[in-house]
Amino acid sequence: MRYLFLLNSPGGGPAAEPGTPESERLFREWGEATALMADAGVLIDCAPLTPAASATTLRVRDGEVLLTDGPSAELKEWVGGYTLVECDDLDQALKWASTLPAARDSSIEVRAVIDTGRGR
Amino acid sequence: MLRSSWGAAVAHVARVVGDLGLAEDAVQEACAVAVERWPRDGVPADPRAWLVGTARHKAIDRLRRESRRAGKEEAAARWTGTIPAPPDDPAPLDPAGLDDEELGLVFGCCHPALAPEVRVALALRSVCGLTTAEVAARLLVAEPAMAKRLTRARAKLRDAAVPLRLPGPDDLPDRLPSVLRVLYLVFTEGHHASSGDALVRPELCDDAIRLTRSLVRRLPGEPEAGGLLALLLLTDARRAARTDAAGDVVLLEDQDRRLWDRDEIAEGDAVLERALRANRPGSYQLQAAIASCHADAGSAADTDWRQIALLYGELVRYEPTPVVEANRAVAVAMSEGPAAGLVILDAVALHPRLAGWVPVHLARADLLARLDRTADAVAAYEHALTLGPSAPERRLIARRLGELRG
Repeated sequence: MRYLFLLNSPGGGPAAEPGTPESERLFREWGEATALMADAGVLIDCAPLTPAASATTLRVRDGEVLLTDGPSAELKEWVGGYTLVECDDLDQALKWASTLPAARDSSIEVRAVIDTGRGR
Repeated sequence: MLRSSWGAAVAHVARVVGDLGLAEDAVQEACAVAVERWPRDGVPADPRAWLVGTARHKAIDRLRRESRRAGKEEAAARWTGTIPAPPDDPAPLDPAGLDDEELGLVFGCCHPALAPEVRVALALRSVCGLTTAEVAARLLVAEPAMAKRLTRARAKLRDAAVPLRLPGPDDLPDRLPSVLRVLYLVFTEGHHASSGDALVRPELCDDAIRLTRSLVRRLPGEPEAGGLLALLLLTDARRAARTDAAGDVVLLEDQDRRLWDRDEIAEGDAVLERALRANRPGSYQLQAAIASCHADAGSAADTDWRQIALLYGELVRYEPTPVVEANRAVAVAMSEGPAAGLVILDAVALHPRLAGWVPVHLARADLLARLDRTADAVAAYEHALTLGPSAPERRLIARRLGELRG
């Protein structure tokens, strides 16, 4: 069984301004916590996301791919699952996202993951 | 020289370092060096390659400096996404590839994952090299708001890894319309200033034509790209005749046609003919065909207005907007008389999107004057004055009011 922990933060991205002591503290604590999980053998993958402002929201309606600049604004929609893919760029990622049923039934927020070299 | 190389330099550096903001800063610095050195030491043999190379060097240099300063916190810095790692071994500079890289940047700025209203702003800044203040002024947005919008767009291009390159043939049909739209807007921004006294910013027209020409060269099988190039050339050919010595607008019918650029018209006609042969008509090809009717007429009276009215009727099918309908009304007025045109125009002028649009009221006032409905014409001009016309438009209205009241 695998679990996904969805970590909420005000902007959807790193919770503190980069370069501030607060950001450094968060980074250190996050690193320590994930190191413990890795040592325990439970960590599959973990990563922060780039800010929600950089998201692209995708829908397929009547066979046409519709893109919105930014995160899904519909507050009644919540993240119900995730798919992690390795792609060259946003174009390739959007192409794969448009093949998923969620693109037709609701919408998919496409977010780039920051590579930290942790997890596996 | 520096201006026309700006876009290619930004495109190349952005591809190497993966950050558009850093690329713009580096090109800005390289331009400053050129302005200082070229007058003294002479212009390099290949100025564009010099600018690109210098900017690239400056950008990589800054990344190295910053990542050294970050030291052992480098991982943390990269986690927050502020400092991209400097490229280990950037590919050697390929001057022949610069045109493609510049087009790649245009496609990146016009990516459908960016909000439509930010695309033209980003193109004006990153590709055409306008300052943020100039972009804000042209698009009638407060400068801090524009700066924020541009910063966010650049961050998104970087964070989401939006590709800065020409899309493959499969993606092209979806991606091309947005690019053509933005190139058209860049041209109209140069052709007709949104604000201020300057009617024309010719360097923006030159940029738009240069980029569209390079797009057509790269995508010869796309008739709408050819249609846009033809439209821009045929419109630009009238540049010298569009304003008089005082900078006032000269209407098409009053223009001195000897000032029209015959070479540009010939090129536009040839490009249009090639595009039409594909037999896949579209909005830009139709607009170019209309511009071509005007360009080929010896005088306003000799113009084939019936043909133009038909072309506008066709254009409405692709662009069902009140602006197109208003233009059709003017063509109908010219071919069938002012009364027939006024019927269409009166219906269009009521449209909420056109109620505040000065040109439609000027056209209406003109038709009323031709029908000898002097009082109605005066009222229409006076109404146009309340809608915040540009300075040249204001002078035109004053002149017409003088004639009507005189």
